[in-house]
Amino acid sequence: MSAPGFTSLKTSLGHSLNSTPNGGAAPPYQNGPGGQTYPSTYPLTGYYGAGPQQQGNPTIPGQCAPAPPKAPITNNDHSAYCHQQPLQPTAAPTVAPSAYGATQGSHPPSLPYGTPTTLPTSATPPNPQHAPSFQQPAPYAQPGAYYGQQQYPTSQTQHHPQQPNLVLAPPTSPGAPLYPIVSYPSVPGSSQYGTLRSSQAPTGPAAVPNLMGAPLHQYAPGNDTSHPASTAAVPPGYSMAPPGQPATVNGQGNADPVLQHYDQSHQAPMTHDHYRGGVKHNTGGADRDMPPLGIPSTSVNSSPGHQQGGDSSSTTTGSASPVPNSYDSLEGGSYPEFSNPPSADMPNQPVYQQRPVSRTDSSPSHGGYNQTGYQHLPQPFPNMSQLSAALGGLSGVPELEVEALRPVNLLQERNLLPHQPLDAPEPNLSADLKKANCSPDTFRCTLTNIPQTQALLNKARLPLGLLLHPFRDLAQLPVITSNTIVRCRSCRTYINPFVSFLDQRRWKCNLCYRVNDVPDEFMYNPVTRSYGEPHKRPEVQNSTVEFIASSDYMLRPPQPAVYLFVLDVSHNAVEGGYLNVFCHTLLENLDKMPGDTRTRVGFITFNSTIHFYNLHESLSQPQMLVVSDIDDIFIPTHDSLLVNLKESRVLVRVLLTSLHSMFSQTRETHSALGPALQAAYKLTSPTGGRVSVFQTQLPTLGPGLLQSREDPNQRSSTKGVQHLGPATDFYKKLALDCSGQQIGVDLFLLSSQYSDLASLACMSKFSAGSIFYYPSLHHVHNPAQLDKFQKDLERYLTRKIGFEAVMRIRCTKGLSIHTFHGNFFVRSTDLLSLANINPDSGFAVQMSIEESLADTSLACFQSALLYTSSKGKRRIRVHTLCLPVVSQLSDVYAGADVQAITCLLANMAIDRSISSSLSDARDALVNAVVDSLSAYKNTVSNIQQSGLIAPAALCLFPLYVLALLKQKALRMGTSTKLDERVFAMCEFKSQPLQQIMHAVHPDLYRLDTMSDQGALHLNDCIVPQPHLLHLTAEKLTREGAFLMDCGSVFYLWIGKCCNDVFIRDVLGCPNHASIPPSMTQIPELETPLSERLRALLAWLQDSRPFSSTLHVVKDDATAKTSFFQHLVEDRSESALSYYEFLLHIQQQMSK
Amino acid sequence: MAFTFAAFCYMLALLLTAALIFFAIWHIIAFDELKTDYKNPIDQCNTLNPTVEKLVLPEYLIHVFFCVMFLCAAEWLTLGLNMPLLAYHVWRYTSRPVMSGPGLYDPTTIMNADVLAYCQKEGWCKLAFYLLSFFYYLYGYVISTISTGMLSLPPLLLPSIRVCYLYLLSFCLYGYESNN
Repeated sequence: MSAPGFTSLKTSLGHSLNSTPNGGAAPPYQNGPGGQTYPSTYPLTGYYGAGPQQQGNPTIPGQCAPAPPKAPITNNDHSAYCHQQPLQPTAAPTVAPSAYGATQGSHPPSLPYGTPTTLPTSATPPNPQHAPSFQQPAPYAQPGAYYGQQQYPTSQTQHHPQQPNLVLAPPTSPGAPLYPIVSYPSVPGSSQYGTLRSSQAPTGPAAVPNLMGAPLHQYAPGNDTSHPASTAAVPPGYSMAPPGQPATVNGQGNADPVLQHYDQSHQAPMTHDHYRGGVKHNTGGADRDMPPLGIPSTSVNSSPGHQQGGDSSSTTTGSASPVPNSYDSLEGGSYPEFSNPPSADMPNQPVYQQRPVSRTDSSPSHGGYNQTGYQHLPQPFPNMSQLSAALGGLSGVPELEVEALRPVNLLQERNLLPHQPLDAPEPNLSADLKKANCSPDTFRCTLTNIPQTQALLNKARLPLGLLLHPFRDLAQLPVITSNTIVRCRSCRTYINPFVSFLDQRRWKCNLCYRVNDVPDEFMYNPVTRSYGEPHKRPEVQNSTVEFIASSDYMLRPPQPAVYLFVLDVSHNAVEGGYLNVFCHTLLENLDKMPGDTRTRVGFITFNSTIHFYNLHESLSQPQMLVVSDIDDIFIPTHDSLLVNLKESRVLVRVLLTSLHSMFSQTRETHSALGPALQAAYKLTSPTGGRVSVFQTQLPTLGPGLLQSREDPNQRSSTKGVQHLGPATDFYKKLALDCSGQQIGVDLFLLSSQYSDLASLACMSKFSAGSIFYYPSLHHVHNPAQLDKFQKDLERYLTRKIGFEAVMRIRCTKGLSIHTFHGNFFVRSTDLLSLANINPDSGFAVQMSIEESLADTSLACFQSALLYTSSKGKRRIRVHTLCLPVVSQLSDVYAGADVQAITCLLANMAIDRSISSSLSDARDALVNAVVDSLSAYKNTVSNIQQSGLIAPAALCLFPLYVLALLKQKALRMGTSTKLDERVFAMCEFKSQPLQQIMHAVHPDLYRLDTMSDQGALHLNDCIVPQPHLLHLTAEKLTREGAFLMDCGSVFYLWIGKCCNDVFIRDVLGCPNHASIPPSMTQIPELETPLSERLRALLAWLQDSRPFSSTLHVVKDDATAKTSFFQHLVEDRSESALSYYEFLLHIQQQMSK
Repeated sequence: MAFTFAAFCYMLALLLTAALIFFAIWHIIAFDELKTDYKNPIDQCNTLNPTVEKLVLPEYLIHVFFCVMFLCAAEWLTLGLNMPLLAYHVWRYTSRPVMSGPGLYDPTTIMNADVLAYCQKEGWCKLAFYLLSFFYYLYGYVISTISTGMLSLPPLLLPSIRVCYLYLLSFCLYGYESNN
């Protein structure tokens, strides 16, 4: 994140805040980014004013009303947009200048921003207490209207005050369209948000499935993660509003901070919202109507609260929960088409239902309330103290530790695998912290107990590192819009659940331990709608939150979504048939690509020349411009090669339908990839964006040309593998240039021959792109591959995307970052520059301990990802992970997360194999096992028994390392194509943990005997949960049918003597002999067995972004080898079996 | 025989070593900044501080140059003392990452803690080596002038010694500060 740099800025803000405690918000903030001129005359106070002061003056209430609407905004981008504007005004003018300066330092391009500061000069903080500001609804309204109309037409929906109920809907609906992104696999992980649970739990049956991880069903694929959250939030707020009360209610709301009456409390929040929102302008005339509706939204910030929203709903009581769900599904479903007004209706229903409920529930007042989520609500201070106490001390969970440390003799225990896929170990924290902690799917540490010193870490001989999946699609995500993003003044850490509040006005940073002030605005909690409880804010309740950033976080105005496609149209490419598939898929998904009205697209094709396409809207036909001077490439025309998708949609469609036929007769076999990339760079460099390169052969012309370096005879060499590194730095330099201009390059390599992926991959590696490789893609010879390509491409085109991103990882003082793994450019020791960020990329980080952590009991890690959404909003996604610090070696072992360790080691091994040699890397892997086990034996375990002893937490470690050694990336002695090996390496470096683990150690299930015992019930289908089997041929029987889940591939292995009933029920074939040799689909039969199996496959598929292909493997088929190579515990021609490997390790240990 | 070729070599080496000491300090500071600089990551965006990169080749060339001079002057001991560094330079440059232009550092790996630490250590070691060789050359210069029959000190010597010591002092101080 750019953030770190800013300290000066922030501080200034902080100061300003302090100075004007009451007034609150108004004074300190400036206008934002927009540079939109607020009429200076405008009383700033009006916007804000109400908030804090209101408490002071109960009398004011009625007047406050105007503000409301903003809340809804938060979630949707549009809405967000609106928000921002309002927000901006909030920024204190005075502050602004300083802020700028600061920003510049930190932000690279600190460009244009300075200008926007056209703020209302009237910095003077209005007295909060003066009601008058409120009273002037009129002026107020005007501005709002002004903004809304002009800039964001869509936002207007929000403005419509008329239907209070509807209000909720609108926000969501607009949002939905905005986020075209299609698939949000609801991740089971969602359940992890504690808040969610609480809210949902009450809901009853409906909610349950979601939690179970079935979420997909409920959350329509389309959901934007953020949306759901927002939606969730809204409803609650909504529901909260007493149904009966008309808009006017708001006015009353001002009243009490104390929340004595339930109703009041409701209202109060509302007022606050206004306050916060300061923003409210939008509502304009709408105010009255809005309040009820709008308010929730306004609070906005609360929107953020999604979860919280959920919570708030929960506050209203569990009953509320259903609402969010329905919302989500609505939103999720919402593709652009779905979107607008109509959607509004949908939401209403749920809302209505809820309302009554919520009311009733809520009516009991606080008591009920408290129980659900916020127990301490009434007494903020006690809470705080509790919180800090919790931070200080860890509640031990001895049983867990004992179990994790149970010595296991690996040579004797044959069944190490758990029945169900392994979960991440739970850190040994108090229940509160555990609940607040970041989901292990997003943020994971190899050691869930952090050793106190480097010496202790060295003794344990285990790697310390983090595995991150920061931009993961989330089912629930609190999105927070507020004027100030509260951060530590010295280390710039974002406020998070693990900070401690010393009292109401001060908090202590958990990373650098500096004591900071709580800004006024932060005192109000949009979720509970109460004042004076900073520790209940969504930021402090959730370890994963997303902020809508102000202009302080921009170096230039947010870029539009820009997509440039660079297509290989040589003979080889056309003949393989990819071009056709590409054009079709893109045509279908043209409207689903994330973006807004500014979205731009462009196309470049190349063989021995470079072809540009003029798609200017005024043309009737796309115009092709050919540049044949490939040694000195230039852009033939500047204005219409990258065109606005909305305006030139027709031409784009024409081009895509005709592209294939244009080149179907080509005889050109050369490929000038280098010049094409240079052209792409020149074309996109003014804006940044995403360049998708489709390449089908070795580049043979122009700069960047490559020679074949692979010697097929060396494919199975045991001496080492050459040419794992790039042959030229052309692609790396290009990638660095691209990265500097915020261009991400994604590579699709669709080639059957050697194409030197080791060199080509550099273009994506250092520009934060992704790499896809489809060897032997051919529309006739390999339709299955083509099918996979199409599905992946669909996901690729429609998945969420963030532009001009940076990610910073901060950690508790004493810890430092050693090395990063993944696709990015490292800009500074803790800052990654990511031209594009996509939801499918993972990162690994090696850490070291530089200073002793003896004076703290908790170590925290925070990753902050600042990006521009496809809607042109600047957003910050923050994840915080908190782990205990231990001083005992045994505790370190007890907290080892074997999957994370394996992934981190894999990353390290790949670095090693490129910088040194493959055999070095393999030795290092084996040594990692030997070292850690012998360290354990010598220090912790006091059992003097022979055999190979490992703590239970690490009992799978040797198995996983053996599996790693048999992976394509690292294996030796088995014939492996160089490109495939390099691709496997790239995958290891850039995939999130779950995918890596599936690839390394696939899950094997027996299907023909599975029962419903322990099955999950999701919606109306039953998902059986067969037990995991060890990956050895021993477990296969000729009578059985087995499913192997390798992440991107499912193998369904049918034994020779498999029950005919099973074959008939599942595959629709009468017997084993009649199963077709290459079957890639399971027919949809009505039999229970088939339904179960399909439910299982769908369930497994749900949790992963790219669709997996299925191969039915007959016992005798030739495809068998690809299946058997995954049986890592068996001996292969060149590698040890698991037992032999253990003996080998034992031997090494005794040396 | 006022001034032998050997004495000339020593004097030249003396001056050049002073320059190399400069380079080494520069090197150390640049990497130190890279490691700790939070102020302005943007400037370092794509390439490592270019001055350092540009200094690599001149440094190697200068060193090679006076090694050749010593070879010509048949100062075998001095040459022998310099051989390890020469060999190291050759090895370092041949094992550099794939790169089309001259240069040694790969911006994509330079932020790796191991590489950074290595480069810093390298800088300190070189600084120490150059400092020691500086004194050695001074000594060699004096010896070679004296042994050729000039009993009185040459006019250049005293001032140059003084200047050198001043330099040294300031380097040490500077280096110390930068280290903090």
